[in-house]
Amino acid sequence: MKSAGVTSLATAVTTATVAQAQTGPRLVGPGDVPVTLMVNGKRLELKIEPRVTLLDAIRNRADLTGNKRVCDRGTCGACTMIVDGRTVYSCSTLAIEVQGKQIRTVDGLASANGAMHPVQQAFCDTDGLMCGFCTPGFVVATVAVLEKHPNATRDQISKGLDGNICRCGTFVRIMEAAMKARTVARG
Amino acid sequence: MAVIRDVMPVFELYQPASIDDAIKLLDKHGADALVLAGGLDSMDWLKDRLKKPKAVVDLGQIKELKGIKETNGGLEIGAMTPLSEIVRHPVVREKFSLLMEAAELVASPQIRNQGTLGGNVSQDTRCWYYRGGWTCYRAGGNICYADTPTSVNREHAIFDADRCVAVNPSDTAPALVALDASMVIRGPKGERIVPAEDYWIGPGIDITRMNVLAPNEILTAIRIPPTMAGAQFYFEKVRDRQVWDFALVNVASAIVVSGEKIVKARMVVNAVAATPRRLKNVETLIIGKARNEETADMAGKLAVEGAETLRHNAYKVPLMRNLVKRAIRGAGATWTS
Repeated sequence: MKSAGVTSLATAVTTATVAQAQTGPRLVGPGDVPVTLMVNGKRLELKIEPRVTLLDAIRNRADLTGNKRVCDRGTCGACTMIVDGRTVYSCSTLAIEVQGKQIRTVDGLASANGAMHPVQQAFCDTDGLMCGFCTPGFVVATVAVLEKHPNATRDQISKGLDGNICRCGTFVRIMEAAMKARTVARG
Repeated sequence: MAVIRDVMPVFELYQPASIDDAIKLLDKHGADALVLAGGLDSMDWLKDRLKKPKAVVDLGQIKELKGIKETNGGLEIGAMTPLSEIVRHPVVREKFSLLMEAAELVASPQIRNQGTLGGNVSQDTRCWYYRGGWTCYRAGGNICYADTPTSVNREHAIFDADRCVAVNPSDTAPALVALDASMVIRGPKGERIVPAEDYWIGPGIDITRMNVLAPNEILTAIRIPPTMAGAQFYFEKVRDRQVWDFALVNVASAIVVSGEKIVKARMVVNAVAATPRRLKNVETLIIGKARNEETADMAGKLAVEGAETLRHNAYKVPLMRNLVKRAIRGAGATWTS
């Protein structure tokens, strides 16, 4: 299914058309168009079709495969990214719509020397995962909650992580990880 | 069925910077265009390849569609304002907390960050036969797949079904009707204002649309008058899971009490019909009465009169009756998030 989708992306590319602006609104596509994204503080210049989601653009074109594509319908949270400080489902956002915004993915959390973000470390320390497929989304959502509420209560954490689901059912450990990370995570 | 369900069909994207430009585009493309707001409803249609619009008109770049303005004791909310921004707004919280509660119960935190008020009220129905691509009445066919002896219709209508038994899934819609809001609609001929309770239309009027918007019109703003500011509000949404799910039934009420007696009331229930259902008979009944068990009982019974159930949704009758009772008691609020 996934490979079929990628193939179709590649083959369906017709001629690149950024319509010459006559008067009125700009027509973009349907072929490849230049899209510039600010991902994890780095400028990313892509040529993609307007129909490509933020998730697919980042995973398939920028090789940042940390955030996972699971439901692709905004009903699981594995693709959660932070756009201008707010969590969003990147599967349900067009890449072209978030140009000029600051996008943060799970790939950008570790520091340059490879040390894990305190939230990532807490997930490891508390065994806050089983299969791990939902984990990138949970980590990003947890970072967002703790940046907003550095001393978040259990209630605030559970509300902040409402939009993520773990089919292995590791919620208790995820909560433990988030509670542990509170004391160490600062931005 | 060799249908790719993970990549949207090719489309031409337009990103107009003004409402006028957007309307010109819609006027030109008509039914070939899809309007994109937060995208959470639209992208399902596109990814499932059930809609293959030639053009997509993205309203995301139009600044005049975003933000909340104070107006003579009321509010004007741009249709593209995200739900989470509405939840945080101090005036919404102070005077119109009914809308805050409703918006806060929509879907999940991420969806509230992306989803807009205009999109939430204008979204299409979630009947899964229809969303699954079956050619039902609503999709231009001549059968309702949700209303056959073997249909799974637990979420469907108990009122005003006319061939189609789908319901309106919005949480903010009943709150806006209870707040006596009005919808600002712009089209090629200019602006028109429609009272919230007339914004949605049932299958008897047009089976293919959920609201009065013509293909070349845009909902630009929602105006909330001071009429119900600071009233006693009650919102409750019952759903299978406490996150993501659409309401099985929800209730929104705004009641003004003076000297122990109800002097003004607006009460609305959604997810029981194709449009939010304003309970005018209940409103009339409770005027002059106290907010007590007796009034609640009477109101609950009256509210569900005329309900017609399908095979799997009879539970909605007592559910709606009890929600109306709770709204009148005003106690036991269980809204979360």
